[in-house]
Amino acid sequence: MFTALFGSVEVGVIYAIMALGVYLSFRILDFPDLTVDGSFVTGGATAAVLIISGVNPFLATAGALVAGFLAGCVTGILHTKGKINALLSGILMMIALYSINLRIMDKPNVPLLAEETVITKISAWWQGLGFDSMMQSLLTSIGLSEYIPSTWGIFTVMFVLAFAIKKAVDLFLKTEIGLSLRAVGDNDGMVRSFSANTDWLKVLGLGIANALVAFSGALVAQYNGFSDVGMGIGMIIIGLASVIIGEAVIGNATIVRATLAVLIGAVLYRLIVTLALRAEFLETGDMKLITAVIVIFALVVPKLIEKQKAGARKKKRAAQLGSAGTNGGDQVAAARSDL
Amino acid sequence: MLQLDQIYKVFYEGTPDEKIALNQLQLQMNPGDFVTVIGSNGAGKSTLMNIISGNIFPDYGTVKINGSDMSSMPEHKRARKIGRVFQNPLAGTAPTMTIEENLALAYNRTKPRSLQFGVTKKRRDFFREQLEILHLGLEDRLQAKVGLLSGGERQALSLLMATFTKPDILLLDEHTAALDPARADLITKLTKEIVAKFQLTTLMVTHNMQQALDLGNCLIMMDKGQIIFQANETEKPDLTVEKLLAEFQRIRGEALLSDRSLLA
Ligand SMILES: Nc1ncnc2c1ncn2[C@@H]1O[C@H](COP(=O)(O)OP(=O)(O)OP(=O)(O)O)[C@@H](O)[C@H]1O
Ligand SMILES: [Mg+2]
Repeated sequence: MFTALFGSVEVGVIYAIMALGVYLSFRILDFPDLTVDGSFVTGGATAAVLIISGVNPFLATAGALVAGFLAGCVTGILHTKGKINALLSGILMMIALYSINLRIMDKPNVPLLAEETVITKISAWWQGLGFDSMMQSLLTSIGLSEYIPSTWGIFTVMFVLAFAIKKAVDLFLKTEIGLSLRAVGDNDGMVRSFSANTDWLKVLGLGIANALVAFSGALVAQYNGFSDVGMGIGMIIIGLASVIIGEAVIGNATIVRATLAVLIGAVLYRLIVTLALRAEFLETGDMKLITAVIVIFALVVPKLIEKQKAGARKKKRAAQLGSAGTNGGDQVAAARSDL
Repeated sequence: MLQLDQIYKVFYEGTPDEKIALNQLQLQMNPGDFVTVIGSNGAGKSTLMNIISGNIFPDYGTVKINGSDMSSMPEHKRARKIGRVFQNPLAGTAPTMTIEENLALAYNRTKPRSLQFGVTKKRRDFFREQLEILHLGLEDRLQAKVGLLSGGERQALSLLMATFTKPDILLLDEHTAALDPARADLITKLTKEIVAKFQLTTLMVTHNMQQALDLGNCLIMMDKGQIIFQANETEKPDLTVEKLLAEFQRIRGEALLSDRSLLA
C-alpha cells in the first residue's frame, strides 16, 4: 500500500511538470490547448529515439523540450496567423502529431529498458550518495521497516526539478514579457494598445507550455521504460484535473500560489487515482473515467459548497434583520456607492 | 502631428447592409491640439478612432503621424505613438493583475519588452509618484488586483496608463460615458489636468456637448462619416450648446429630434 502511494507521488511530481504547461495555456493564456495530448507523446518519442540512437539521455530530454516548443508554436501560428479557432487549432495539431509521433518512433512502441536513461543515471548517482541505506536504517530503527521505498532518489530529484521549474515559471511571469503574456489572457485588446504583439505572445506562450508538456512526456517515457504512441490520450484532462484540484485546495490568489497549487494538485490527482483503483470493482481501464469524474467533482463541488455557504449566510442575515427589525439594506447600498 | 487624408471606410460593401462609416474624411491636428469630437450615433466617431489606432484599416486614404505614413502599420506598432482610453472601464486594464503590474505593462508601450522584471523598486517609486496625480489613494494600493477597483478608479487608472508615457497622440473614445455623473466629472477633471501636464495632442469623442465645449481648443462635429462642422482655437470659445444645435440644423437641414437627444 505505502509503496503504491509513494510510487504515485513520484509519478505525480513528474506529471506536475506537464500540469504546469497546461496551467500556462489554460489559465495564463486562457487558451484551451488540446495540443497537449500529442506533444506529450512527441516528448516521449523524441527522447526515446534519441536515447536509442546513442545520444546522452539528458541531451535527449532537452531535445524533447525543443520538439514540444515547436509543436506548441505551430498551434499558436494556426490560431493567430491562420485565424483558426483555439480549440480547433489544438485538435488539428493533436491529430497531426499522432502521425508525426509514429514517424518519429517508426513503430507504436519504443522500449527503453535496456538503455541508459535519465532515470537510471539519477538512480546510479543517488546510490553512490548512500542516502537510501541511511533512510533504511533510520526507518527500520523507528519500526517503519515496511514503509521503505526502493529509492528516494527519483522522487527527490524530480521534486527538486518540478519545484525549480515552478520557480522559473513564477519569475518568468514577472518579467516584462511575462507580464504581457498574462495580460494577453486577461484582456488582449488592451495589450495591443500598449504595443505588445499579441500574436507573437500567444505563439511564445503555447510554445513554452508544450515544451514543458513534452519535457514531462520524455521523463515519463524514461520512468516507464518505454515510449508509446498512445501514452498521451487524455493527458489534457489529467493536466486540467491537476490544475483544478490544486486550485480547489490551495487557491490561486497569486501566481506563486497558483503554480504551487498545480504541483500539489498533480500529486493529489495521482493519489486519488491510485486509491480509487484499489476498489475491487474498478480496473486499470477505468482510469480515464475516474479522471473525468474527478474533474467533474472538482468543478462542481466547490460551487455547491459556495452555494451552501451563501444560503447559510442569507438565512443568518434574515434572522438578524428579522429580530432587529431595522433596515440594513440602505446602509449596505450607501457604503457601496462610494468610489 | 496627426494628419488624415481622404479616409474612406465602408462596412459590408456590396450587400444590402452596406454602410459608409467614413466618407473622404480630412483632419489635421497640430502639436498640443486638444480636439473634441461630437456627433450622432453611427456618425463614425469610433471608426475614426479605430482607424487612427490601427485597430481597423481604411479602404482608402492615409494616416500620418509626425509626417510619417502609418496607414499600413499594425496596431501594436502604432501604439508606440498612441495612447488610448476606451469607453468601457473594463477594456483598458488587466483585471487579474495588480495595479503596479498594469502600470508596468503600460510603461513598456514605448520600449521593447525584455526578460527583466516588469516591476522594480525604482519603477515602483515612479508608479507611486504618477498615481498621486489621480488623488485616489491608489498609490497605497499598488499590489491590489485591478479587478477589485471600482469603475471610476479603473478608468482613472486607464487614463494614467495611457498617458504617463507621453504618447504623441491621445485618443479618448467616450471615456466618461459609462460612469455615473460624479465619477464622470472626476475623470473629466483628471483628463484636463493630465493633458495639460504632459501637453498631449488629444482627440476626444464625447456625447456630452457641454463637455465638448469645456475641454480642448478645437471642436469638430461629425455626421454620416464626415466632419460637417469645425471650430478652431479662435472660434471655439464663442460656441454654446445652442449655437452648435443651430449649426447642425443649418448644415443638415434636418429638424433635430425636438430636443438635444441626437447629439447630447
Ligand atoms: N466593425 C463593424 N462592422 C460593421 N459595421 C460597423 C462596424 N463598426 C462600425 N460599423 C458601422 O459604422 C457606422 C459608424 O459606427 P461608429 O461606431 O463609428 O459610430 P459612432 O459615431 O462611434 O457612434 P456612437 O456614438 O453610437 O458610438 C455605424 O453605422 C456602425 O453600424
Ligand atoms: Mg462610438
